Amino acid sequence: MSRSSARHTLAEAAPLFAALGDETRLGLLSRLSSEGPLSITRLSDGSDITRQAVTKHLHALAHAGLVRDSQSGRERIWELEPRRLEKARRYLAQISEQWDEALGRLREMVEREP
Amino acid sequence: MENTDRIEKRIFLRAPRARVWRAISDAHEFGAWFRVALEGNFAPGSTLRGRILHPEYAHLTLEMKIEELEPERYFSYRWRPNAVDPAHDYSGEPMTLVEFELSDAEGGTSLTIRESGFDALPAARRAQAFRANGDGWAQQLENIARYVSQ
Repeated sequence: MSRSSARHTLAEAAPLFAALGDETRLGLLSRLSSEGPLSITRLSDGSDITRQAVTKHLHALAHAGLVRDSQSGRERIWELEPRRLEKARRYLAQISEQWDEALGRLREMVEREP
Repeated sequence: MENTDRIEKRIFLRAPRARVWRAISDAHEFGAWFRVALEGNFAPGSTLRGRILHPEYAHLTLEMKIEELEPERYFSYRWRPNAVDPAHDYSGEPMTLVEFELSDAEGGTSLTIRESGFDALPAARRAQAFRANGDGWAQQLENIARYVSQ
């Protein structure tokens, strides 16, 4: 990963994790993951939260780029935006990459300078 | 999901243990390969601060709390990994533990580094909660775990 894209990823990671830090939103993501695209009516069924609350949470997730919606007849259908998770993966992978780079420099130091 | 809490790496260095130990335990030498300008010396219980020398993160100060030093064998400290957003106050967040372990190897030194405690960090905690919700996402997190534990 280039430095500029690494910086880009970091800048995007904070709102992503903020969006994930809520049980209701995690539950909505889980359902969209296991059941596929769903309407707000379906997402509110069998849950204690109101349609309005579901809508609010979906917009928070959409803002973080995790879900997207489209119009289908009279209803709005929500589904996962999987590319966003790829970015989260890259963010965590950076810590590992930084160690690899640092250890490479350590190797150079101890093997070349007695 | 095998592991989201730690990163462990083992490398072989073609250098004597005493040389590797100096590169790790001497704050000046550590700073040279880690790219941080540290002030002070590593000693159990001490806290060192230093400016990061990587051009991308030059605005940041790194803080290391030294835990243990056992000559030519073991060094450990705590810090906050990837605390790279200058607008964010990280001081209340938990730290990870970094450990270096040295042992003899044919023709050089075997070095293991272990960074653990990621599950206690806010981002990782959320990722973990995420994992508990649904199998489709578990697969994605599996990828993350595989990546960070490489």
